[in-house]
Amino acid sequence: MNWYEFLLRNRSEVFERSLEHIGLVGASMAISLAIGLPLGIALVGRAKMQRWVIGAANVVQTIPSLALFGFLIPVPWIGGVGASTAIVALSLYAVLPILRNTCTGIAEVDPAVVESARGMGMTSWQVLWQVQLPLAAPVLLAGIRVSTAMCIGITTIAAAIGAGGLGVFIFRGLAMVNNQVILAGAIPAAFLAIVADSGLGYFQRSSARR
Amino acid sequence: MEFRGTTYRLPSGTALVSGLNLRVACGETLVLLGRSGSGKTTTLKLINRLLEPTEGEILISGHPSLSWDPIQLRRGIGYVIQDAGLFPHWTVERNVGLVPHLEKWPEERIQTRVREMLSLVGLPPEEFSNRLPSDLSGGQKQRVGVARALAADPPILLMDEPFAALDPITRADLQREFRALAMRLKKTIVFVTHDVREALFLGTRIALLDQGRLVGVYAPAEFLKATEPEIHAFAASLDFDRGQKGGQ
Repeated sequence: MNWYEFLLRNRSEVFERSLEHIGLVGASMAISLAIGLPLGIALVGRAKMQRWVIGAANVVQTIPSLALFGFLIPVPWIGGVGASTAIVALSLYAVLPILRNTCTGIAEVDPAVVESARGMGMTSWQVLWQVQLPLAAPVLLAGIRVSTAMCIGITTIAAAIGAGGLGVFIFRGLAMVNNQVILAGAIPAAFLAIVADSGLGYFQRSSARR
Repeated sequence: MEFRGTTYRLPSGTALVSGLNLRVACGETLVLLGRSGSGKTTTLKLINRLLEPTEGEILISGHPSLSWDPIQLRRGIGYVIQDAGLFPHWTVERNVGLVPHLEKWPEERIQTRVREMLSLVGLPPEEFSNRLPSDLSGGQKQRVGVARALAADPPILLMDEPFAALDPITRADLQREFRALAMRLKKTIVFVTHDVREALFLGTRIALLDQGRLVGVYAPAEFLKATEPEIHAFAASLDFDRGQKGGQ
């Protein structure tokens, strides 16, 4: 039996696991956007704090994902076995590219444009929403794109702490020493990553064209 | 508009402008002339409060600049900078309509005003309204910059080396048109430049700055006759220019 026969025969579980996977990625991305975007905007013009925060986020990224999932299990409130722990860990990973690209995207907006916006009497809020964010959008979206692709990949490992998702097939296949079962998890995960990446890539290009 | 003992220091203590006393009369074009780093641009930014004086004050229409709401103050002062600073993601029409939009003018009035302004600076509205700044030449961008600064009909206009980055022919065209425009509109204009020729051509008076201090204020006719060494330096640069063109 090869992997697509396995996929077909188990299509209802594959479908269910894919939905779980999308749910985990969606929740983590929502949290990391809710943290990364406002934090990145708040850090604009505060070079020293920016270095500290991005440094801290960089350190989090160097922790191997399997280890981070493990570390979080004993932590009270957020820890334990299951989806919520996985979402915390995934958000920690996903926040860095969003944070970094928000900072650099806004910093790269032509200073002459920002100066004339202020000089013409726009409030800082108007400068942010009407000038800085629209002009930083392509860089911002690039960060979201990297984050999403990475998140879809790491989510497969979240199955190790009982969070579900397509990683369940991968770990099951590893335990059974059965490559077909591994592929039944890996291929849909890769497919999700490609779809998400090209979708966001399309947005990124259309935002750059404006 | 009046500067009274105005000083601006960086947090490190270096004074970029020190003890400036200067009156700008209503309707005149005052040129701030000086080398790079002489404090011209700083002086200009003190007027629209992009910078605030560390000592002294600036009176605008009789009130200290710090007593104005900065946003309202800036909307009443047109501002044109060297790279025009047009918003690259907005059409020419939207760029020119910026301050009227911020001031919540009715849509129809904004449209009429934008067309008026574009015609005023020599850009036919039907051809240019929907273009993006990336589809304009340097000279056209500056024209749009001037149109944008004038759109809400501010009594004061600040210009920071607006024509410095243009090729000589376009620059001469824009200088000529701008002089005619300034005479017609009767705005109070403060114009920053490092180009003596431009200063002599556009200014009703020329204020010379050197290392953050005001050397003096001169009528264009007196300027080259004055004896200060900094003026000699500028006059010499003019002679050198002429010498290069065949020693007239």
